[in-house]
Amino acid sequence: MSAENEHSENGGAVATSSERLVDLYKKMVEVRAFEEACQKGFRQGKIGGYLHVYIGQEAVATGFIDSFKEGDKVITAYRDHAHALLLGTDPKEVMAELYGKGTGMVKGKGGSMHLFDVERGLMGGYGIVAGHIPLGVGFAYAMRYQETDHITQLYLGDGSISNGAFHEAANLAGLWGKDGMCPCLFIVENNQYGMGTSVERTTAMTDLAAKFDAYGIENEKVDGMDVEAVLECAERLTEQVRETGKPYAVEALTYRTAPHGAADFFEKYREKEEIEEWRKRDPIGMLEKKLLENDAADEEKIDEIRSEAKELIGEAVKFADESEEPEIDELYTDVYSGADEYMGEE
Amino acid sequence: MAETKTYREALREGMVHEMEQDESVVLMGEDIGVYGGTHLITDGLIDEYGPKRVMDTPISEGGFTGAAIGMAIMGMRPVVEMMTWNFSFLASDQIIQNAAKIRYFSGGQVEVPLVIRGPNGGGVQLSAQHTHSLENLYGHFPGLKVVSPVTPNDVKGMMITAIRDPNPVIFLEAGALYGTKGEVEEGDNAVEFGKARVAREGSDVTLIAYGRQVNLCMRAANTLEEEDGVNAEVIDLRSIRPFDEDTLVQSVEKTHRAVTVQEQWRWFGVASEVAAIIQERAFDSLDAPVQRVSGAEVPAPYARNLELEAFPSEKQVTNAARRALYIEEK
Repeated sequence: MSAENEHSENGGAVATSSERLVDLYKKMVEVRAFEEACQKGFRQGKIGGYLHVYIGQEAVATGFIDSFKEGDKVITAYRDHAHALLLGTDPKEVMAELYGKGTGMVKGKGGSMHLFDVERGLMGGYGIVAGHIPLGVGFAYAMRYQETDHITQLYLGDGSISNGAFHEAANLAGLWGKDGMCPCLFIVENNQYGMGTSVERTTAMTDLAAKFDAYGIENEKVDGMDVEAVLECAERLTEQVRETGKPYAVEALTYRTAPHGAADFFEKYREKEEIEEWRKRDPIGMLEKKLLENDAADEEKIDEIRSEAKELIGEAVKFADESEEPEIDELYTDVYSGADEYMGEE
Repeated sequence: MAETKTYREALREGMVHEMEQDESVVLMGEDIGVYGGTHLITDGLIDEYGPKRVMDTPISEGGFTGAAIGMAIMGMRPVVEMMTWNFSFLASDQIIQNAAKIRYFSGGQVEVPLVIRGPNGGGVQLSAQHTHSLENLYGHFPGLKVVSPVTPNDVKGMMITAIRDPNPVIFLEAGALYGTKGEVEEGDNAVEFGKARVAREGSDVTLIAYGRQVNLCMRAANTLEEEDGVNAEVIDLRSIRPFDEDTLVQSVEKTHRAVTVQEQWRWFGVASEVAAIIQERAFDSLDAPVQRVSGAEVPAPYARNLELEAFPSEKQVTNAARRALYIEEK
């Protein structure tokens, strides 16, 4: 079996190599381990501000970033740790950022919500719901204007769909896409809740993919808990967007099995049964089951992956903990580009 | 070589100068292409540069400003037209939360070479929602540069500088003066930001303004000379952020008196900042309290007489100067 995903004639994934599935499993386990370490760090007071973890949603970014090609760009909101890790940023640098250290990926200036690794294509983490969406559309226009074949993977949450910035940006994307000038793949991470408010309580028309119809953007849904389904979708659509220069939207149905942030009480706005139901469909649990059933991995392999992930993240935590805080002079750098880096009094 | 041109022509010339040199410069905005621009700044440019470089946008200021920020991050140099700065409130989240801060919170990994330009201030009976002077608002935020040129030569030269700047520039045009004329240098006349211009040399009192109010101060200076024998110096700040403190302080050290004039409302305005800088750096030179002249504390009215009353007048400026000189007001 080849390492590449093979497709049946109707476009569905027929088989993904065992090796590849094990690799995806490993990535998801690492992301989960990272996020759990973050929760712990937050409780210990090592991580300040606020923290948004990706627990339960791992299959979405894992599947899509698998189809990322060099030169492509990824932009997302504030639930951004997974995207950085999956694009290959060293977990040490990500954790150091959360710990507010000078060795962090943005030198301790952004924290959890503003992860950037421009060299690897991560164009940020943004803290204002929907505020980043127009930027991603602008990236896509620029990529075509500059005559490249790169694309934007633009991640957005269900909460952003009710915001004007989303609608304005989607409208522009559809418009520019008519001329093949907007290679942007919208990936709606519908985890069912914008903070504590469910999708049903924020819009009368809950088919979020269909919202894109209004802007002439083709769309579909995918089971965001099933990494194989996401993979299939990602491979097919990233190429389509690359080929056509037209935007496309995917609504990935997923679920945040953790609280919105590290400090909210999610039992207040969700039924226990609902959480239990979704937990049964945990992306890591489902894939693990499949790997075992198909003899793609045995218990020993699973344990090995889990302990390696634990070790990797443990090292990241240690690195973050032991790193120095940013130099105090860093306060005044990077305000402006060029000669007037800082305009105030030091 | 210099030629007489209108503010409008000079502004357009600045943009065209950079478009000719750099393909990454594109223009975006509402009705700037086929329609030619509400103020005809960009008239005909779509024919010359095509719709990929002169982009008509829908009426969605937040959307297209945000997209322009994305384009700038990718290395393009977009020049976004706000049909008027009054509409920028709809884009303020993009300007303040993204353009101004991304460089900082990315740890210096990206830059945003973006210009947002359009008419600022009032004077043409557009009433409350279409009349604001926003230099103090945008001047407040680190990460933005804010300029407000008043002469045709400066509007061209500062536009050239704005487009070349690797940072987001808020380019506030004197909307009421698009048709005014002045000498404009040919070719590359880039005007450095952060340098005030001494518009009139004088020795008795310093009048400080920017944008349209500079012309008001020039008229007031002539009146003061004719009626009171007072020789006023007029300083055109031009650049709000960065701000040229030195030129201001040197002038006050010479004249010992200062009047600071702004079209915007008095509270928390640029004039207050100017007064604060003078007392911090030239306290011992002052022979009188710094006088402020500002707009009336009302939303801008429509009727011509009310509008004129709402904005600083020549009489207010001359009387403020007389107060600073301890001579009788007229």
